[in-house]
Amino acid sequence: MLAQIHVTFKEGVLDPQGKTVHHALNDLGYDEVLDVHIGKYLEIKLDSVSEEEAEIRVREMCERLLANTVIESFRFKLVSTE
Amino acid sequence: MKCGIVVFPGSNCDHDCYHILKKVLNQETHWLWHKDNADLSSFDLVVLPGGFSYGDYLRAGAISRFSPVMNSVISFAKKGGKVLGICNGFQILVESGLLPGALMQNHTRKFICKNVYVRVESTHTPFTQECSDKSVLQIPIAHHQGSYYIDPHSLGDLEEKGQILFRYCDAEGNITDSSNPNGSVSSVAGLCNAQKNVMGMMPHPERCADPLWPNVDGQSIFKSLITQS
Repeated sequence: MLAQIHVTFKEGVLDPQGKTVHHALNDLGYDEVLDVHIGKYLEIKLDSVSEEEAEIRVREMCERLLANTVIESFRFKLVSTE
Repeated sequence: MKCGIVVFPGSNCDHDCYHILKKVLNQETHWLWHKDNADLSSFDLVVLPGGFSYGDYLRAGAISRFSPVMNSVISFAKKGGKVLGICNGFQILVESGLLPGALMQNHTRKFICKNVYVRVESTHTPFTQECSDKSVLQIPIAHHQGSYYIDPHSLGDLEEKGQILFRYCDAEGNITDSSNPNGSVSSVAGLCNAQKNVMGMMPHPERCADPLWPNVDGQSIFKSLITQS
């Protein structure tokens, strides 16, 4: 099983990289770009674990280490690799 | 005063802290290796030095907080032991939850290495009692993730309890946007916990505390701790 995890800044936390890319896209003429958020994407391969267990354990991994929940939020998807 | 300097893989200001405490200020000073679950009960001060522990991978301080030595440091701090985190040490303290808030990438998106001024915001702590209230210290910074963030409600709490110890300012002590090098909320450069025994700061006092160098502004922080013990 594969956990596909996205970690991004919470709403209201300044994202200087996102802001710079936003300006760059506007400068290139993409006026429709309203906002850009840059985050992290992680892929974690899991072995011998049920989907229910994986759901609990991946959430725990995010809360304990992968995201700093003071400034970041996370979401993930579990994908079967069989 | 018995001091311990924690050495993580990637610490690079550990020798500077050791030099100042041991050679300049003549304090008993020991190394604490990151893999050891050390007994810290006989120590007066533990320093988490600057550097790039674990390569700053994931987030600065995110991996280091799970080092075996951090279990010892956390229980030492919970019992009232004094802990000073400088730069990467500050990042480790916020990641471990010993200090509130978070440290983010500088708003300029650049690594900044320069002398800055900070204003002493509270002298009622073991880390600042030798400083004069509202005095201005010149201390260098060298970091990429030093922009302090905390939600507005918790910031108010810190203010009220006198936990903000240093703010970036200009040479005259004015807090302005242009004197805030990294975009920190309310220009916060250093703060302590509610119990006032754990302090983190982004500027490096150990880099301006040896009289061989004309600026010894950093000494007042170490001297505050020595007077206390």
